[in-house]
Amino acid sequence: MAISRAEVEHIARLARLGLSEEEMEALTEQLGRILAHMEVLRQVDTRDVPPTYHVLPLQNVLRTDTVQESLSQEAALRNAPQAEAGAFKVPKITEG
Amino acid sequence: MSATTKLTATRLNRLFLAGELSAEEIVEAYIERIQAVDGQVGAYLTVTAAEARERARKLDARRKAGDTDLGPLAGVPIAIKDNICTQGIRTTCASRILENFVPPYDATVVSRLQAAGAIIIGKTNLDEFAMGSSTENSAFQVTRNPWDLSRVPGGSSGGSAAAVAADLCAAALGSDTGGSIRQPAALCGVVGLKPTYGAVSRYGLVAFASSLDQIGPITKDVADAALLLSVIAGHDRRDSTSHPDADRLQRIQLSGDASLSGVRVGVPREYFAQGVEPGVRQAVEEAIAKLRELGATVDEVSLPHTEYALDAYYIVATAEASSNLARYDGVRYGLRAEADSLLEMYLRTRQQGFGLEVKRRIMLGTYALSAGYYDAYYKKAQQVRTLVIRDFEAAFRRFDVLVAPTSPTVAWGLGERVEDPLAMYMADILTLPANLAGLPAISIPCGLSQGLPVGLQIIGRHFDEPTVLRVAYAYEKATQHHQARPALGQ
Amino acid sequence: MSREYEIVVGLEVHVELATKSKIFCGCSTAFGAEPNTQTCPVCLGMPGTLPVLNQQALEYAIRAGLALNCTINKYSKFDRKQYFYPDLPKGYQISQHDLPLCEHGYVEIDTPEGPRRIGIRRIHLEEDAGKNIHAGDNIASAQASYIDLNRCGVPLIEIVTEPDIRSPEEARAFLEKLRSILIYAGVSEAKLQEGQMRADVNVSVRPKGSTALGTRTELKNLGSFRSVVRAIEYEARRQWEALQRGEEIVQETRAFDEERGITLSLRSKEEAHDYRYFPEPDLPPIVLTDAEIERIRAQLPELPDARKRRYMEAYGLSAYDAGVIVRDKAVADFFEAAVAAYGKGAEGAKTVANWVINELARILNEKNAELAQTPLTPDHLVGMLKLVDAGTISGKIAKDVFAEMVETGKSAEEIVKEKGLVQLTDEAALAEIALQVIEANPKAVEDWKKGKATAAQFLVGQMMKATRGRANPQLANKVIRAKLAEVTGVTNE
Repeated sequence: MAISRAEVEHIARLARLGLSEEEMEALTEQLGRILAHMEVLRQVDTRDVPPTYHVLPLQNVLRTDTVQESLSQEAALRNAPQAEAGAFKVPKITEG
Repeated sequence: MSATTKLTATRLNRLFLAGELSAEEIVEAYIERIQAVDGQVGAYLTVTAAEARERARKLDARRKAGDTDLGPLAGVPIAIKDNICTQGIRTTCASRILENFVPPYDATVVSRLQAAGAIIIGKTNLDEFAMGSSTENSAFQVTRNPWDLSRVPGGSSGGSAAAVAADLCAAALGSDTGGSIRQPAALCGVVGLKPTYGAVSRYGLVAFASSLDQIGPITKDVADAALLLSVIAGHDRRDSTSHPDADRLQRIQLSGDASLSGVRVGVPREYFAQGVEPGVRQAVEEAIAKLRELGATVDEVSLPHTEYALDAYYIVATAEASSNLARYDGVRYGLRAEADSLLEMYLRTRQQGFGLEVKRRIMLGTYALSAGYYDAYYKKAQQVRTLVIRDFEAAFRRFDVLVAPTSPTVAWGLGERVEDPLAMYMADILTLPANLAGLPAISIPCGLSQGLPVGLQIIGRHFDEPTVLRVAYAYEKATQHHQARPALGQ
Repeated sequence: MSREYEIVVGLEVHVELATKSKIFCGCSTAFGAEPNTQTCPVCLGMPGTLPVLNQQALEYAIRAGLALNCTINKYSKFDRKQYFYPDLPKGYQISQHDLPLCEHGYVEIDTPEGPRRIGIRRIHLEEDAGKNIHAGDNIASAQASYIDLNRCGVPLIEIVTEPDIRSPEEARAFLEKLRSILIYAGVSEAKLQEGQMRADVNVSVRPKGSTALGTRTELKNLGSFRSVVRAIEYEARRQWEALQRGEEIVQETRAFDEERGITLSLRSKEEAHDYRYFPEPDLPPIVLTDAEIERIRAQLPELPDARKRRYMEAYGLSAYDAGVIVRDKAVADFFEAAVAAYGKGAEGAKTVANWVINELARILNEKNAELAQTPLTPDHLVGMLKLVDAGTISGKIAKDVFAEMVETGKSAEEIVKEKGLVQLTDEAALAEIALQVIEANPKAVEDWKKGKATAAQFLVGQMMKATRGRANPQLANKVIRAKLAEVTGVTNE
């Protein structure tokens, strides 16, 4: 199954991934080939087969409700591309 | 050239504790070797010479002061794949997006190594975010195979494997999501162990595919692999997928008994199918013959869903990756591309920050999880995963370990596969099933083909690293393959 | 289409749980800290970090489910809900998608037509996002936005109702009842002013009598019950008017503009979110046994409905009075403690109830304050009631004393002493005052002579005024009548 250019654009937007014209073209072709390869999975009968989300049978892994030391504001912001007044700064949020 | 850098971690530790080599001497030998050779290999992204020297001096002082609790890795220089967080030391994942990221925390494995006396000597190159099989996807540099500098070291832990093979560290840590420890270990002629999922804490390992990732050692021999595993394994409260049974792996004893009598070895037929080079097949078949010689019973077994594992793997891995890499948005750390609007900031930051392979996988994974496709891709892949696991469960009812080639081919030429993602993905075909099932698997050198190393893969049951290591150790003692070293800079 | 319409509302209510630390890391959940001082690598979404579930958050969520009559699922798991937003560090929210912790519950509310059950479809556990601060006076004039991640990772439960609510008033009644239950259950403080309880509202309309559901719109993030009511009123009317014009309702998310009292479209359909949910690989599933669920059920405190019944049965309070008292747990606890300390059984309970329902409620309402924000304790009230019982102060003075206690936290005795409010019961002294009053009010005396008995009441009032309310009213009445008879020779009944 090939993937359309429009689908690639939609997926790129969902993933907030800017793509150049060349990247868009290359990816449309490559994703098409990879997805075509993945068609092989349709041959597998998976009726009544539960999906595996965790390979080990762990459950109820919990921590106690105790407060631990946080980073200082300075340490929290140290790697930030832009920070001001103790906060991370970003372009104005306009989208809901 | 100093002979020090040729020594195993086990041996270096003994010499250090015995006072025959100071930690400073050891560190200086490695720094000298790195300066001499790494220009050709390109294994390191960051060499932490100053920190290593400082730490060596402290270890020497403690030893002189009579401290006898210096740890099983005291004095041993270890390289860390650069997707494992090190406090105060740049951790880049070989990505532009994290080029200047300095973590305010250590990965659990790093803390454990340090508690055992290890000296972190540097951070090694990888395919960006561990996505690749040749280390060519690094945003910063090419790493070359020490056996043939025109060839790839494998990947994604290519920097760690090349560093161990070229004596640029005593041992290294890598991470393995679909073969990223074992395959470069095979291609570089060293030992690489992917532990059971949940055996080694993932806290501080920059996530690629959370249900598949596992940290493990890359070493010069099996004894070192066991030693490093015993240090880094163990339950960790900071990783909810860490298993309490992991603590058992802290007490691995390799038996001096070279006999494999009573060990049942299964040879999965599907792992010798098309695509396995004749030279690789031959080396592995000779290794299997050797195991039989050592007393193991060997029989063929079928893992019928193997042919579907690759596609299932790439769906699961890319889906999880697309999610794990959403955090690189230019807000709190890492690269930010300037833009007037928030949307543009996201789009440009991620466009400039990620390389093509990472983009390809984010796209594939996003697609597999998007509305209308989840059942056909992600869920289907996880169902196939169940079938792959059932194959292994059936096989392990009859066998203690399964053996196969690690990589279908020896190291290929730089640039040969970069244009063909599918061909690159095929490189993981024999290693990724163990990740899907969370099983421990090791790659050990089993000879050369066309003058290049071939790896023998040994897969075991969950938390049965002791048996995997026992078989590997017996084989290693009975052969000379692990002693073969590239001629580089000798 | 000129028929009447019916409003159909479903709510999604987010409530912060009262844990000390965040849901997946050890950072404090305390409110009001400096920005980004309660964060760590985990809640900052730094590379390589992993979540570990807070046991108390899980237990609170189960307790909330039990308090809201839900079935607790034996197997539930976490999923990643993926979207990009600067206040969401990981690019996904850890939430629960197809296997929530609790399902199929209900809340009973009082309506003019009698009690009604509002169905709870599900309750799931998730992490809160951070806070966006917009520079400048408002969003429109801001040049940049600022992100504070202190709140990011605070545990939330999302409570999703069935579309059972039929009016803005029912929505308010539901939210008040829900808030009350959660506070009684001890799972949340549900402080509205701190954003601990926020509602998304799904609104649709249909012709009265129809059973089909209309296309709904979602109103996001309403922080007060008043906003919920206003937003539903506006949105329902907007939808109905649109339908009458023959327009179709677009399924969309809308924001409520508090100032203008209107709702506005937030995003159009083609930008609809695709959250790409998938099971969280970093967190193993939650598997509960009956015994564990029953252990939590056994620890469930008494809830408002049960307490209301108990007040009616034990103290003979009316359903209305009991309802008013239990609405606020702090008030109900105050009431009970005061009743116990006063120690006069059902009789005493009624006296206490009167003070709580009338004076206390009035003062709190005037001050727009919570009981906890005042220094008033049950001992204050009981001390005051004892002074009334002993005749030391009059009922009228008591009201002033009560107000003073709420204001200052001083005991009734102190206030009475300081202000000299002890009741005048000395007959001779009152007779003296009565004579002064008679002298000063010849008109009233004339009236009395003409047989107007009410003149005595007027003069008692003057006596109260002269004594600043301290005169014992019964005694003052007796004395003034005696003096009037003495002075005028006229007796009136």
